[in-house]
Amino acid sequence: MTGPDPVTATGLLRRAAAWRGGGALVLLAAVALFPLVFTNALVTTIGVDTLIFVAAAAAWNIFSGYSGYISLGHAVFFGSGAYTVGIAARDWQLTGNSVFALLPLAAVVAAVVAVPFGLVALRVRRHTFVVVTIAVFFIFQLMAFNFSFTGGTTGVSSPFLAWNPGTYNDPFYYLALAIGVGTVGLSWLIRGSRFGLQLRAIRDDEDRARGLGVRTMRVKLAAFVISAFVTGLLGGLWFYFISQVLPQSGFDPQFDLSVALIAFFGGLGTVSGPVLGALVLIPAQQYLTEQFTNDYLSQIVLGSLFLGVILLLPRGVIPTSSEKITSWRARRSGRLAAAGAAGGAAAGAAGREDPR
Amino acid sequence: MGRQIYEAVVDGILVGGVYGLMAVGLTLIFGVLDIINIAQGILVILGAYLSYALSVHLHIDLFLGLLLTVPAMFVIGVAIYWAFMRPLRGRERTSMSLLASYAVAIIIEGILYWIFSPNYVQLNAWYVISSVRVFGFYLPYIYLFGFALAVALVVVLYMILYRTRFGRSVRATMQDQTASRLIGIDVNRVAAVTFGIGVAVTAVGGMVYGATSGGFNPNSGYDLISRLLAIIILGGLGSIGGALAAAVFMITLESLVSIWSPNWAIVVFYAALVLVLTVRPSGLFGRQGVRLQ
Repeated sequence: MTGPDPVTATGLLRRAAAWRGGGALVLLAAVALFPLVFTNALVTTIGVDTLIFVAAAAAWNIFSGYSGYISLGHAVFFGSGAYTVGIAARDWQLTGNSVFALLPLAAVVAAVVAVPFGLVALRVRRHTFVVVTIAVFFIFQLMAFNFSFTGGTTGVSSPFLAWNPGTYNDPFYYLALAIGVGTVGLSWLIRGSRFGLQLRAIRDDEDRARGLGVRTMRVKLAAFVISAFVTGLLGGLWFYFISQVLPQSGFDPQFDLSVALIAFFGGLGTVSGPVLGALVLIPAQQYLTEQFTNDYLSQIVLGSLFLGVILLLPRGVIPTSSEKITSWRARRSGRLAAAGAAGGAAAGAAGREDPR
Repeated sequence: MGRQIYEAVVDGILVGGVYGLMAVGLTLIFGVLDIINIAQGILVILGAYLSYALSVHLHIDLFLGLLLTVPAMFVIGVAIYWAFMRPLRGRERTSMSLLASYAVAIIIEGILYWIFSPNYVQLNAWYVISSVRVFGFYLPYIYLFGFALAVALVVVLYMILYRTRFGRSVRATMQDQTASRLIGIDVNRVAAVTFGIGVAVTAVGGMVYGATSGGFNPNSGYDLISRLLAIIILGGLGSIGGALAAAVFMITLESLVSIWSPNWAIVVFYAALVLVLTVRPSGLFGRQGVRLQ
């Protein structure tokens, strides 16, 4: 950071951090109070979906956003988590609330699946990596169709939960919220850590990062496994929420696409981007689906929206707007200090948070 | 058993040739533009539906109809390039292009569902119904005609790429975009025309697919694109010969495994891709170390 006045620059940063922390707390309070205000089950269902995607996109971002390896195979972990709890509850004959004790198992199984998956897929880069994740995704979906222990095309159903239908969604809502907050916190910790810096070094130039002593395979695999762990946990939760998993819903290509689009919309590799993306896109998608009774029309509108986002906000909402704000601030402070050139340099340095 | 294997191999080669043509379009687009066109699968289905509409409503023969659908798909390809691919810039261009073309695929899929409904349809003509005895067993004529047309078109593409001035500028752009620009090649035009050609071949692929697959609907695009992606990665991205060889290899492998179990055939298809990549990360015919980052 080579600003004109280091004291002012630190002050600006500190103020921005305070704003950000305050904003996060207000948002958290609003989200926590949401089911108390809107008790309609249709609305809270959208709330649970949204929170699951907040956490899923944040988890995806920990791997793909920071390392630059775009995975379109995270549904493998989501589906593995869902099937794990489904099969375990069925075979061990668990009922009632005891089934929730299985959620950590879902996460562990997904993380274990991620190890061989990552060891194979992370050997290749860029497009090839994307296609390998798609291929592994299809292998898992087809296995779910073809094996007998997964129930084939009929899938697995969850044990019945004898809860009050009026507040049925609330436990799911708060569990998803807890996982979401935990994941975003983890994402924030990782981004600032040595591990996060190593990941971002890999994104910027993997060969150079390795040359400088980053153990690239180990770092990439660790991020992949962490990301899978959270996604598997969410898959388990989602399974109880939907109360059934089918091969095409557990291993859903739309899930892969959705988490990627959410993260891209908010801003790839940022902490808050995936949160913002999920909070905007999932309710919008649900609204569109309800609005257009014609399914195909809503699909067309959704696709057009995604295209619009990609073309108009290619770097995502958070990076684009933060760039605008920092350049505006720098211009203002530059005018005040009557040092236009230095201000321009500060804007350049501040706006260059993530060089592209 | 021996007879079944023999049939599966002949079938794999004939169908593989058509997949090869579609995969060449995809790998050509990648080679020139560094873009993977996820919409290729649904564009094949669009091509099939165009042939379907022409043959059902206007009673135009499937092969004659190609004279209309190929230019139409070319124009659609150029339009997609100009509207959605050309504006993408910057370091995330590659991944953005994946998502943008995925979005294009979703839109086309929605439109096709809207117009044609999810009901399965099939292309029909005398050469789809009647069979000919080849090497001791019966095959519908369309397999032979489709294979012959695919081979002819691959030869034409090869001639364009290696014997014309335009082809030379395409190959130059594949090697080094900046240098091509410096020696006066209009890279934007080359890219647009290449994208158009890559999409135009889907009209042919779609027609043959629609006649041989035993029914298709807009959802079939996913199945196609995942196979095509596996094929071009296995062949080595940007390698035309590799795409052809990988297409024949993969489709033959699939039809061989389906003698034993049709359900597991497609799993073997993807597992083969993953296995090959663990041994050779650049694919069977890819150049090592090219365009890694």
